[in-house]
Amino acid sequence: MRQLFRFHGGVHPPEHKAVSSAAPIVQARLPQRLIIPLRQHIGTSARPCVAVGDKVLKGQMIGRAEGYVSAAVHASTSGAVVAIEMRPVAHPSGLSDLCVVLEADGDDRWIERTPLDLGRMDASYVRNRLRDLGLAGLGGAVFPSFIKLNPGAPAKVSTLVINGAECEPWITCDDRLMRERAQDILTGARIMATLLHSTNILVGIEDNKPEALAALQAAARSLDVPADIVAVPTLYPGGGAKQLIQVLTGKEAPSGGRSTDIGVQCFNVGTAYALARAVQHGEPLVSRIVSVTGAVARPQNYEVLLGTPMAELLEQAGHTSEANGVIMGGPMMGFDIADTAAPVVKATNCLLVKSPRLFPPPPRAMPCIRCGACARACPARLQPQELYWFARAKNFGKAQEYHLFDCIECGCCNYVCPSHLPLVDYYRYAKSEIWAREQEKNAADLARRRHESRVSRQEREKVERAERLAAKAPVKKAQATVPPDSAEAAARKALIAETLARVQAKQAGTAPENIDTNSSS
Amino acid sequence: MLAAVLVMAAIALLVGGVLGYAAVRFRVEGDPLADKIDALLPQTQCGQCGYPGCKPYAQAIAEGSADINQCPPGGEDGIRRLAELLGKEFKPLNAEHGQPKPKSVALIDEAVCIGCTLCIQACPVDAILGASKQMHTVLAAECTGCELCIAPCPVDCITMQPIAEDLANWKWKYPAVPLKDVA
Repeated sequence: MRQLFRFHGGVHPPEHKAVSSAAPIVQARLPQRLIIPLRQHIGTSARPCVAVGDKVLKGQMIGRAEGYVSAAVHASTSGAVVAIEMRPVAHPSGLSDLCVVLEADGDDRWIERTPLDLGRMDASYVRNRLRDLGLAGLGGAVFPSFIKLNPGAPAKVSTLVINGAECEPWITCDDRLMRERAQDILTGARIMATLLHSTNILVGIEDNKPEALAALQAAARSLDVPADIVAVPTLYPGGGAKQLIQVLTGKEAPSGGRSTDIGVQCFNVGTAYALARAVQHGEPLVSRIVSVTGAVARPQNYEVLLGTPMAELLEQAGHTSEANGVIMGGPMMGFDIADTAAPVVKATNCLLVKSPRLFPPPPRAMPCIRCGACARACPARLQPQELYWFARAKNFGKAQEYHLFDCIECGCCNYVCPSHLPLVDYYRYAKSEIWAREQEKNAADLARRRHESRVSRQEREKVERAERLAAKAPVKKAQATVPPDSAEAAARKALIAETLARVQAKQAGTAPENIDTNSSS
Repeated sequence: MLAAVLVMAAIALLVGGVLGYAAVRFRVEGDPLADKIDALLPQTQCGQCGYPGCKPYAQAIAEGSADINQCPPGGEDGIRRLAELLGKEFKPLNAEHGQPKPKSVALIDEAVCIGCTLCIQACPVDAILGASKQMHTVLAAECTGCELCIAPCPVDCITMQPIAEDLANWKWKYPAVPLKDVA
């Protein structure tokens, strides 16, 4: 039995997991049109590498990774590219982003896939292949996985943590995946451990998922993977990477640092599964498991092609008359979807349909009474009431001093606040305001440098022009100044006098014709 | 009595000597206050403050010959930051110098441009690319939105385009929470 640790705070919101966890994963219907955003990961948007009118096969790359923090995007089914344009996407802003619109031909025909032979490939080549296969973290942050699979200094990452905690209420996609595809998950974990040179594999699963726990333990035995499958106590946000690592290892990532600083790397079970499919079958990331739950007729987990419009998926799950909105993600960390025409993307773990019965409108907010309930619940050991104060007053420097950027936006403070303040909204506002100022400052620094270089160039040109003029001047001067009593000077004087006399004689001799004739007549 | 006076005089001389030496030995090149002020200015280089660029304005503020409320692109936030740095009272933007506008970049209508290079000479940050009798274009990423290129253009082919909100520059808004009135 492994010794477990505790993280600070945490809450026990009602789980609602049984709503969607009983039924097995079903394949979602193939939609007629898929809208595939080119930015489905954190980092730079992929660059489209197909043109309107092109025929593409399932798994064909349609967006190439651009820059380092990026991942490729692929066609989720075979068909034709009908547009590359701005479409509404799943984002709290409800804004549009560049998408490839695909008209499905219904054949769902795969492109040729070649498994990766890890034993004969260089590790950096494997990582580049994984980037081109579009792998990104499926736990919610969608960070390109190939970057996290770079161990850096040898043996820096001794422990690999596979995150199957799934602490957010309502969501069961990882639960069903672990129950049904445990072997692939562990295969993926083994590949990750090889790439990272990790000696220790830990799989953390909250103890409210006994079936998933049993399935993974059985798979570990049959595959002979030296992974420790650990039941962790159910406590939100136990599925946060830093919290899970703390529970399993007792080590805490430093403020502002990463888990690799303490020799641990963490991946979601969905990412491990996608990695196994990519390596063993050469399959790019074109689908994921999505929980559709809440106020729907058939709450269930679906295997959905990326780019499927949310509306089509919701239709499949069945409308209910009370539905009044959709959240992407869970009730604690998810955000409202403005337009269900937006597609399912790599980050879509759950579509939670709201109803006034399930999600009554929150009571009106009251002033902060500084009770400190949020500080007791905060898993990052912050002082949320202080952060709220500073963010509300737009005192961003002070908010940063109180470690605003260690906030994981888990929503525990919102949940316990007796005044029902939307605390996390304030932190998000402060964070994005600070980032924007950082960018503005960088732009100002760039403008300053460019202006200074322009001014110095203009000054240099002025000096150069003056120098050129100065270099020419002495020659002219030398020509102009000749000693007065030399023979040359006398000759020149004579020449001038002679010319002058000739000109005067000429002027006297030639009378203006027209004037002369006019006056005489 | 005399001894005390002598001791005090000797201390004064000694301290004065040390200070005088330090002033020469640890002399700071440039004006650190002007640099600090310059760091807070938006570097638009638009000249709306009445000075030919942000640096000269910063120097004028440091010398006390200019006020802190002459920079429209910096807006109220900028004035607040200057006031904080200089320990002065905040004052509203001086309307003589213009009003703050949404951040924009210049756009050249390339069909109309005659390639006269006047805008290139006017641009304070070298953000316009082109050559004589060749079409010009604005490097949007470098443009500060100073509008200095608009006036010299003989064919009026330059317009200011406000920067649209997209996913890259979208920000979370200030939460609008009506507090319950207790009364």
